[in-house]
Amino acid sequence: MAVSGDEVKLLGTWASPYAIRVKIALGLKGVSYEYLEQQLRENKSELLLKSNPVYKKVPVLIHKDQPICESAIIVQYIDEVWAGVGPAILPSDPYERAIARFWAVYIDDKWFPATIKIIKVKDEKEKAEAIEQSFAGLSLLEEAYKKSFKGKPFFGGDNIGYLDIAFGSFLGWVRAIEKISDIKLIDEAKFPLLAKWAERFGSVTTVKENIPKTDKVVEYYSKVLKALWNA
Amino acid sequence: MEEVKEVKLHGYVKSGYSTMVHYALRLKGVCYEYVEEDLKNKSEELLSLNPVYKKVPVLVVDGRPIAESLIILEFVDEVWKDNNPFLPQDPYERAKVRFWAQFFYQKLVPGGYAIRNSEGEARKKAAEEFVDSLIILEEGLRKDLYTGVPFIHGERPGLLDVILSGSHSTFNYLGGLAGVKLLEKERMPILCSSLDAFVELDAIKSMAQDFKIPKPPAPSAA
Repeated sequence: MAVSGDEVKLLGTWASPYAIRVKIALGLKGVSYEYLEQQLRENKSELLLKSNPVYKKVPVLIHKDQPICESAIIVQYIDEVWAGVGPAILPSDPYERAIARFWAVYIDDKWFPATIKIIKVKDEKEKAEAIEQSFAGLSLLEEAYKKSFKGKPFFGGDNIGYLDIAFGSFLGWVRAIEKISDIKLIDEAKFPLLAKWAERFGSVTTVKENIPKTDKVVEYYSKVLKALWNA
Repeated sequence: MEEVKEVKLHGYVKSGYSTMVHYALRLKGVCYEYVEEDLKNKSEELLSLNPVYKKVPVLVVDGRPIAESLIILEFVDEVWKDNNPFLPQDPYERAKVRFWAQFFYQKLVPGGYAIRNSEGEARKKAAEEFVDSLIILEEGLRKDLYTGVPFIHGERPGLLDVILSGSHSTFNYLGGLAGVKLLEKERMPILCSSLDAFVELDAIKSMAQDFKIPKPPAPSAA
């Protein structure tokens, strides 16, 4: 079911893993959309301010002139509106849905903040702590993969699903952080299941199209973020 | 999902999140066992049910644990989907409900901690910011969802009513700490209407009789 481009708009930024989640979800459902790259530091667009007055952040999905905010909510919305088109993003079983949501929230609330801290802090001790915390999180995810998603190529089963998208959308940043700080995060020796999953996830077409190149993210960090964070 | 056999809630009487889950189960007419946890001396069982956060509430359904209140609430809604649905049917309406549910956790929860963990002038400021967030919620609900009366979701309570009422005692406690009334009927008619109507629900009024769980607080004062 093709959707005309002017019905669906996505406000995002190229580097935002949250916007990437939405792009992947739309890609999975074969929904065509108009993508509008946003400026977030100065000069936020009228459309962004009007569509997300509470947080003024990306991503925002605008469907039939109605805005939907917050990446997790947008992905679920896409899954519900285009149910029956392409693969289901969330599993159908309530318990499996709860597990997928649980780990997605963990990744957002605990794991990624600790991981990005690796390149945000200057103090070596704080950096070491952040690395430990990131590893601890990956350990939990490796265990969870083993226990709850065993034997399947993705968290979503045979196809990528909600948790794959939630976690995998950070891969551009993960690779960049690894390069910038010269450590291996999703280390095959430590986290064999996650390492193989990351490879499989990265080769899915709609993922390849939407995850930014590592070097571009590293450049963005070197030229823009580093100065901003040290200010 | 097949017929569910065993439902057990691990909670704590003073935890608003625990109360939310009680309310959700009561509204759905679910029979469940309640285990009061000692948070100063966490049981082996709790630690094994929620190894990631080691917190309450944890809902265990047929031996499988679910943690994190918002996730539990959506789970309960999906399993017992035929009784008192917590979410609207329309995807856009659902997205709006989820947005405000998330707002509660992203703004009001840290806001509450800010009140609790501060003192003097800082606490006063934290309380003012908390009220500002409540006003944003009130106005957002008016714009996005307000259907009339008496609940946020309309004639019957839904997810946002459960979250709000579950937190009612906590709001009273925080207000006591700050020396201000956080919920004011004049400025927050939708929120106060929801709280008042919720405590009058039969399923909720009968709660305290059944087992040792928090009594719903008095209706929000004028």
